[in-house]
Amino acid sequence: MSRPTQPSAQTTAQTTAQTPGRGQDAGWALDALLDDPATTTLVCAGSGGVGKTTTAAAIAVRAAERGRGVVVLTVDPSQRLAQALGVAAGEAEPQPVPGVDTSRGGSLHAAVLDARAVLDGLVDASLPPDQAATLRKNPVYASVASSFSGTQEYMAMERVGQLRAQARSGRAPWDLVVVDTPPSRSALDFIDAPARLGRFLDGRFVALLRRGAGKGLAGAVSARVRGTVIAAMDRVLGAHLLSDVQELVAGLDVVFGSFQERARATSAALASSGSAFVVVTAAEDDALAESAFLLDRLASSELPTAALVVNRAAGVAPALRSLDAGRAREAADRLERRAPGEQTDGDDEAVGAVADAAVLLGVHADLALTAAIERGRVEALLAGHGAVAVAMVPVRSGDVHDLVTLREVGEDLARTS
Amino acid sequence: MPAPLPDGPAPRLHVVTGKGGTGKTTVATALALALAGEGRRVLLCEVEGRQGVARLLGLDPLPPRETEVAEGVGGGTVVALAVEPRSALMLYLDTFYHLGRAGTALEKVGAVDFITSVAPGLRDILLVGMVYEAVRRGRGDKAGAGGPAAADDRGERPAYDAVVLDAPPTGRIGKFLGIGAELSTLAGGGPIAGQASSVAALLRSPATAVHLVSLLEELPVTETLEAADELAGAGLNLGAVVANRVITAPDLRGAGPGALARALGASGLDPAPDVDALLAQAGVRAQEAQEQASQRVALERARRPVVELPLLLGGIDTTRLYELADTVAGLEPLVGAADLAGSGSTGTRS
Repeated sequence: MSRPTQPSAQTTAQTTAQTPGRGQDAGWALDALLDDPATTTLVCAGSGGVGKTTTAAAIAVRAAERGRGVVVLTVDPSQRLAQALGVAAGEAEPQPVPGVDTSRGGSLHAAVLDARAVLDGLVDASLPPDQAATLRKNPVYASVASSFSGTQEYMAMERVGQLRAQARSGRAPWDLVVVDTPPSRSALDFIDAPARLGRFLDGRFVALLRRGAGKGLAGAVSARVRGTVIAAMDRVLGAHLLSDVQELVAGLDVVFGSFQERARATSAALASSGSAFVVVTAAEDDALAESAFLLDRLASSELPTAALVVNRAAGVAPALRSLDAGRAREAADRLERRAPGEQTDGDDEAVGAVADAAVLLGVHADLALTAAIERGRVEALLAGHGAVAVAMVPVRSGDVHDLVTLREVGEDLARTS
Repeated sequence: MPAPLPDGPAPRLHVVTGKGGTGKTTVATALALALAGEGRRVLLCEVEGRQGVARLLGLDPLPPRETEVAEGVGGGTVVALAVEPRSALMLYLDTFYHLGRAGTALEKVGAVDFITSVAPGLRDILLVGMVYEAVRRGRGDKAGAGGPAAADDRGERPAYDAVVLDAPPTGRIGKFLGIGAELSTLAGGGPIAGQASSVAALLRSPATAVHLVSLLEELPVTETLEAADELAGAGLNLGAVVANRVITAPDLRGAGPGALARALGASGLDPAPDVDALLAQAGVRAQEAQEQASQRVALERARRPVVELPLLLGGIDTTRLYELADTVAGLEPLVGAADLAGSGSTGTRS
């Protein structure tokens, strides 16, 4: 066995640095999208740690200050971002965000997703009080509510549906819903979750567990298989878990009714012309690979993609765009080689300046190299995905946790690369 | 305080976690390469189905079985395993509970999907259980759900000299490692719950070290500190805190713009680059370095050794991964911190 080999990033960068960038005017016209009253829902999706929450908040602030009535639904915001938005976890109703410029007639409300509260609400609304209480006490219910893969995503969808309904009925001051999506290992979870939860509740195994319900069981599996399965489950899981699950399934069945229909309705709403997905990513390989999957999935599900937002992108000062990494590095090396020779001249400032100039060119070379590599990566990603508008949001020092910085991020988003 | 594992050449289990996007897969992979000294076998496990290890090493997606993937920095072997809940459960049913036929029936009616998704506590214990099995397995043992006694207890050389687990991010790590009471509530009395307590003992023993990967930014640092509290509070043995992507401030002597312009004029670049723009770029870099330094101070509150890994310009490739592994091999809190079981050697590296 030997070390795996692949072309080094260095080599890749040399090529991309010499190739002029892809059409940079293929902007996504964020402002036009936000100003269009037909835009009613914007979903920020992407893998974890790429700045989805910040992007959603920045878009929401910008839309509100351009005159839209906006509500932003965030998932797990940082403490300081939550503070800036004037929201706290567990608050069911969206709260007005203080400090937003409403001079153009817009407004901004913010809410934090509480998946458990949304599910509790559904349960309470669909079951008689005593049955609802029993279901809520089921130990598996707590687990499903808090961590079943898909519950958070489904409840986020459900909540978006509620916020949109409020907007349509005119009972709420917003007409644009901006959504942050739950942190999940895969960016696809948000799209897949409702269908998966539907498949699960309508699946053969759940049918098998619905003993006493008297429907569909004979068609699903033979009594013998059922016996074997139940015995094996009891052995592996312990007997009481299985009865808890059976009880839960019976309860959820009532709550969700024809679940798949509901999931389809939610997806249809997202596929409508008023909705758009903003795919958020970082310029790193892992995040970009996830984004590629997500763009594919959006396209195959015929969900509208507004743009790819590349956060924390490296960039050089505009005045230095023509100086590529390779030439800057060579010049820095030449200066470094020369610096010691001139020390004998006794001109300290000149010697210091040569050394400093080398350092400055080195910093520029680093930046230009990083920017070129990132640009190459994004271009490689886009090559397979037709015309997707890209916004490169530059690295900023310090966290984004107040309206001032959210506005700056909004500027960056609207500017595109 | 649970009893530690018996003394002896215990395999080391390195659990690597961190906020999403901090580079924990890169650190875990570099650590596995660093631990693979001459003659050593190191297992690198990933559990989230992301295939991050394969991507990093430029390989095709890994199968859900142990596969040799790379040579370590010291000439040893790195074996990778993409642990996946379905195959983990089937393996359990088949070899540990001897439920071969019932296992197939479970699979047929969708029960495997059900179990692995409705009860995340169980899914996690299945995944951690696979890692636990690999840690205890002897060199001569067949891969699978394993025998009753650990290789160490039988005085046998373990199958792996070290096991590195690329764990879920800090937000889920507590649940993943079964720190909460969720699992015992869910599967009380079941054999999986029974094994959970053995897994918990391994996780809390000195044979396990949990490393936290952070960036020197406010949010990751806050999450790292919270995770450190949660994990230490649950009796887990924390290893190192890894400050990843550390930048260095430009080392400038403070030459004035005029002198700089003259120096740049002689740099051979035509046109000579804009001095103010260059200074501004360096200023931003210096500011970033300063902010990192203050976050570095905050990170000390985890009261664990903090090790630094440099920012790799433009990201990682195989060459750089090995350079990073070389750096990691020299970081004692990472490769040696948990080497408390007395095996002493971390392999022969020149």
